[in-house]
Amino acid sequence: MVPEPEFESYYGRQIIKTPTWKTPDVPVYLFVGGMAGGSALLAEGAALTGRPGLECVARAAAAGGAVVGTVALVHDLGRPSRFLNMLRVFKPTSPLSVGTFILAPFGGLSAVAFASHLTGRVPRIGRLAGAGAALLGAPLVTYTAALVANTAVPAWHEAHRELPFAFAGSGASAAGGVAMVFAPHAESGPGATLAMSGAAVELVATATMERRMGLVGEPYRIGRPGLLMKVARGLTVGGAVLTPFGARRPALRRLAGAAYVAGSVVFRFGVFEAGIASAKDPKYVVIPQRERLQARREEQARTTEAH
Amino acid sequence: MAEAHPVGFQWVMEAKRKGATIIHVDPRFTRTSAVADLHLPIRAGSDIAFLGGLVNHVLSNELDFREYVVAYTNAANLIHDGFQDTEDLDGLFSGWDTESASYDPSTWQYRGGEVAPAAGQRDAGQATGGTTDALGDDGDDQDSSENHEAASSESHGSGGAPVSSKGERDETLQDPRCVYQILKRHFARYTPEMVQRVCGIRPEQFAQVAEALTRNSGRERTSAIAYAVGWTHHSTGAQTIRTAAILQTLLGNIGRPGGGILALRGHASIQGSTDIPTLFNILPGYLPMPHAAEHVDLDSYVANDAGATGFWGNMRSYAVSLLKSYWGEAATAENDFCFDYLPRLTGDHSTYTTVKAQIEGRCKGYFVVGENPAVGSANGKMQRLGMANLDWMVVRDLQMIESATFWKDGPEIETGELVTEEIGTEIFFLPAATHVEKSGSFTQTQRMLQWRDKAVSPPGDARSELDFYFELGNRIRAKLAGSADEMDRPLLDLEWDYPVDDHGEIEPEAVLREINGTDVDGAPLSSYTQLTDDGSTSCGCWIYCGVYADGVNQSRRRKPHWEQDQVASEWGWVWPANRRILYNRASAAPDGSPWSERKRYVWWDADQGSWVGSDVPDFIVDRPPDHVPADGATGPDAIGGQDPFIMQTDGKAWLFAPLGVADGPLPAHYEPPESPVHNPLYTQQNNPGRKFIGTPSNPINPSFSEVFPYVFTTYRLTEHHTAGAMSRTLPLLTELQPEAFCEVSPRLAAERGLVHLGWATIATARTAIECRVLVTDRMRSLRLGDQMVEQVGLPYHWGVNGITTGDSPNDLVNVTTDPNVYIQDKVGTCDIRPGRRPRGPALTAYVEDYRERADVDLQHPTDGGTDS
Amino acid sequence: MSLRDSLARSLHAPLDDVSAEAGFAEDHPPRMGFFTDTSVCIGCKACEVACKQWNDVPDDGYALTGMSYDNTEALGSTTWRHVAFIEKPATVTSTDLGLPGMGPPGFEGYESGVPHGEDQSTASGEGGLTWLMSSDVCKHCTHAACLDVCPTGSLFRTEFGTVVVQPDICNGCGYCVPACPYGVIDLDKEDGRAFKCTLCYDRLKDNQTPACAQACPTESIQFGEVSELRERAAGRVAELHEKGVDVARLYGADPEDGVGGDGAFFLLLDEPEVYGLPPDPVVTTRDLGAMWRHVGAAAGLLGALAAAAFAGRGR
Repeated sequence: MVPEPEFESYYGRQIIKTPTWKTPDVPVYLFVGGMAGGSALLAEGAALTGRPGLECVARAAAAGGAVVGTVALVHDLGRPSRFLNMLRVFKPTSPLSVGTFILAPFGGLSAVAFASHLTGRVPRIGRLAGAGAALLGAPLVTYTAALVANTAVPAWHEAHRELPFAFAGSGASAAGGVAMVFAPHAESGPGATLAMSGAAVELVATATMERRMGLVGEPYRIGRPGLLMKVARGLTVGGAVLTPFGARRPALRRLAGAAYVAGSVVFRFGVFEAGIASAKDPKYVVIPQRERLQARREEQARTTEAH
Repeated sequence: MAEAHPVGFQWVMEAKRKGATIIHVDPRFTRTSAVADLHLPIRAGSDIAFLGGLVNHVLSNELDFREYVVAYTNAANLIHDGFQDTEDLDGLFSGWDTESASYDPSTWQYRGGEVAPAAGQRDAGQATGGTTDALGDDGDDQDSSENHEAASSESHGSGGAPVSSKGERDETLQDPRCVYQILKRHFARYTPEMVQRVCGIRPEQFAQVAEALTRNSGRERTSAIAYAVGWTHHSTGAQTIRTAAILQTLLGNIGRPGGGILALRGHASIQGSTDIPTLFNILPGYLPMPHAAEHVDLDSYVANDAGATGFWGNMRSYAVSLLKSYWGEAATAENDFCFDYLPRLTGDHSTYTTVKAQIEGRCKGYFVVGENPAVGSANGKMQRLGMANLDWMVVRDLQMIESATFWKDGPEIETGELVTEEIGTEIFFLPAATHVEKSGSFTQTQRMLQWRDKAVSPPGDARSELDFYFELGNRIRAKLAGSADEMDRPLLDLEWDYPVDDHGEIEPEAVLREINGTDVDGAPLSSYTQLTDDGSTSCGCWIYCGVYADGVNQSRRRKPHWEQDQVASEWGWVWPANRRILYNRASAAPDGSPWSERKRYVWWDADQGSWVGSDVPDFIVDRPPDHVPADGATGPDAIGGQDPFIMQTDGKAWLFAPLGVADGPLPAHYEPPESPVHNPLYTQQNNPGRKFIGTPSNPINPSFSEVFPYVFTTYRLTEHHTAGAMSRTLPLLTELQPEAFCEVSPRLAAERGLVHLGWATIATARTAIECRVLVTDRMRSLRLGDQMVEQVGLPYHWGVNGITTGDSPNDLVNVTTDPNVYIQDKVGTCDIRPGRRPRGPALTAYVEDYRERADVDLQHPTDGGTDS
Repeated sequence: MSLRDSLARSLHAPLDDVSAEAGFAEDHPPRMGFFTDTSVCIGCKACEVACKQWNDVPDDGYALTGMSYDNTEALGSTTWRHVAFIEKPATVTSTDLGLPGMGPPGFEGYESGVPHGEDQSTASGEGGLTWLMSSDVCKHCTHAACLDVCPTGSLFRTEFGTVVVQPDICNGCGYCVPACPYGVIDLDKEDGRAFKCTLCYDRLKDNQTPACAQACPTESIQFGEVSELRERAAGRVAELHEKGVDVARLYGADPEDGVGGDGAFFLLLDEPEVYGLPPDPVVTTRDLGAMWRHVGAAAGLLGALAAAAFAGRGR
């Protein structure tokens, strides 16, 4: 039935289309991209500071994440066999195109780095590849924010300033969390630090975002995506609270790491579903646009009067 | 119009863009209403009251176009002293005979003039066959009643019934016996308040229309009226059109550019199928079908017209040329041009009578061509019971329609009323070619023929109608070859030698050429005035003569309108004589000058001694405006210079019809046969001349019954085509309106607990159907005085076949017909309840319960007891 | 021209020549588009059918929606023209029109007694009712988000300035779907690829009118050069305003709007959202610069966090 009192619509139907991106493919991709990118950075740090155990886990996470991410990305395509069509052109206006050109070399480099690390062969190439992967790691983590923000989906697009930071934080805490769980306790300290700082960035960015977005931020607070966001926040905060206690207790560190990882996963689902929810309800399209229009008309009226 | 004729509606939109005011009067708010300046919701079947109100407005305020009315109409004619109006007889005119349930029109004639019982084919002394064989429904008096029922009114298609004299006239219009004064008295009770009580139209709305219409008519302006089956599908259909004609004639809107009454005809060539008819009672060009008793030979057939004035006076030429086109060499003056070969009428053989004859076992074979009576005709059960009782039936269609499959999946199979194994009808389904798979002409409502070329060949065994009938003729003639039986001569003597192409298919243009007509040398004629009665010309349809002038298919012309003047006479071809506006002599004043510069169309040019203008003058081109015919002149010679209506025997437009209309010389509002409303105008509730089809499957709901408190009416949607075979079989059309539904007002929905998108069951004494519900403000609750009337709107496109299926609303429609043209009344009463209908035999019981509660006696289906 | 200006031009600012911007030589054909004048739309849906017939688009199911006479619901992969039907109580009483331009001398002052409704708005019974109809279509934006975000180049700008999907390139990534601010393009669930109106690219190349415009009986859908259509549209609005139809307004005709103006624009008789159109659409790429800057900054921050993690004393 039609309209809620404050705005008109066509039989209450949504105006923009619901993104066709599948779940869990895309939220998983968002997560593994962040986790893998962050892990590549960790791996390089570990290599530079002589933490082979940490390096091994991080390289595995980076390479594995790239593989899983690629699989998720290809699986999400309507015509998976045409994945390679994305490599025929490079378009800076398409974050997906940019991302493909980040993911593809990142996947290759992190795989080489991991293989080299495992086998001990071609160590120089392995190190170079690792450095390259680390270089691509950070953009791999944050470009996905542009991927979702560069749409007409209100809850994503209006978050385009904070979302890269939230994703950076979430990627950092995921990568750190994986390291906390799997790396030897003696070497996983940087992972814990990264996870902790990442968690802080994510929480601050998300809080800022939701506050600034007003009505369009509503999907992050209500319904299923709102619940997911709350759970994610709880897990991440839980991880952060536990982290200091894990310094001397490996099990607690692992638990904290797991909380970070879980928090990051749920966070990505929350963001994804908030976007979907905002696409399905015409009010998130109509009301902000109508306000914008109104403001512009008032501005025009003022200008005209002034003349 | 936008709803059912969207392509034609483009011209309405163009007129609107140029400033025209569009007024829409319709029970429902349609796509037309959406773009009209004004929409008036009206109770279905009350149109005569509304139009009568407008006539009254014009007359009582003297807003008629007086000069036009005096000169060009029979307003000044004095009527027989014995004439009595509905005012005097409470709803009946003088001449009513209860016994035969028909009028004797002898008191309707002009004073001082004699009503010639007219045209050979026409039933002498009978207004028409307005008799009934239904009230008692014994069927035994078949022979005696049939003689009266040859539907002769319809055979005046191209002109009025003949009157032989112009009679006495009072051009001051003051004589109380003159048509103008009779009209004024007759319509005086059609006041705005009465319009509200009958139609549910509020006086201020009515005033807006009256004001707009009268201000936009006169010397400088003209208004047009367009209508479709919302007017004609009633037991008073012909009289509704008569009312519009009276209105338009009073306002001077006939024969002038921008004026007229435009019939929006349904299928692509419905006009063509009355010009060259698929009707029982007329031959091509509206020549009457000869009657067995009256027309023993050609002389008696044309006798009454031979002496008539006007162009019907040449009827013998048209008839002889038609016979020559049928029988060619075999038709000679000695054998009356094979006049005896023509079939003869013995009575009413119209569709519904035929269906009744099928049910009673008197009609054994049936061709169903491009029609789907099981869904598209009124009272589908009657249709199916008839079709189930034949020896054979041929169905030619594009799709496997319900009329071809009723024996296995019809509603009566579901209820058990019919059993497949017990149906003896042998059905031949023959696939037909579509309009793009064959060449040929369409004749549209402006009488314009437009030729189309074949785009693709028909698939598989599909054949065009032309091809089918040509081949059928070939085979029958081959079977009869050598027969000595006189009975076979008409078939064997037929000229059946059409040229065929490489595929053995008949060439359609050769048929058009034959219709156009040829002279003794076989050269195409260019005008019907060339037709002779000595057998030297042949013509398949005299009004189409000229469509192949100069050996050129004139209907194929496609010169765009931007390359010619506004008359656009080089697009297609319009009968008669490529004349775009009929009676266009009336576009000039009596003295021959244009009524106004703005409305200049055809006028007298004294220098040239001729009528001129962009259109072909509808007049004898060199007859001056001041011409007075000699006494005793006949045929075209009898047409005076100020007689624009040249097909009428007196050359005048008939405000009052002294002959030829079965149910009265003037229109009067009668309620539909089923109505919740007591006729506020007269004690006479229903059209007294209406025809019943008395058969147990056609019971009538008693009027004012609390069991059937609502009005229903059927109609079309833009997305579907008539009975649906051409649209609900196609995915791209079906998706646009995927399910059968009814439309009801929010008030009715509340009253009956109907839910938007839920199901409803709609019941009548015939049957009950189910469909989805749309609750919409587009359906209006109407206030008629103290009574609220609710209408249920039913798009009728669905049946049991097709991509989406649904109950057919036409199963609800009763068959009570107009006495002039035998068209059914599509308005009825019903009950509506939420929920789906019972299935199988339970449905029969459900309907039986309704009949019991409403006191309907199936053995003697009544008229609702309103004629007592 | 600075890089910033150049980016702005190609991403969101007014743009005179979309085809040239897309790389076509100067002698490319003029930009073609639609002007859909909903004030004369009679809702016959001939456009929907003609479109599907010509482009071989399948039906999209047989469901009665109850949304007035609209049973195809919205634009999508199998509906490239969509006619909306809106039943509303009449709210606007417009002034008398008179009959401009038709009267002979002396008739100028003619005032009809009929309260002329706006087109598509008719007084009916008590209260009155409007039944708005509007044929929606892909807007062929000057700045088309679908085209910009397409990672394969399947969506491209034609020489006529229209935006077309090449089905043989499209890999069904679906990015165009949420990018479109109008909700036009969609993936076909079975086929997996994206489809939308092509403005009958094949017919345009043969100098033919697109199927929908060809089929429209009332010239509600007008096809032509966008520059000329814009003038015609402005004229039509002025004409309607003159007649007292104050509610007439153009939608998508302004080159200064959020998408740089639409190649297919509309004359509406109510607010856009009533027809299911966004009231103030903005191409997402207007914020692309900001997005990339924030992505870059966030990536930098992440690098710093990682460095910091090792800079401290690892435990």
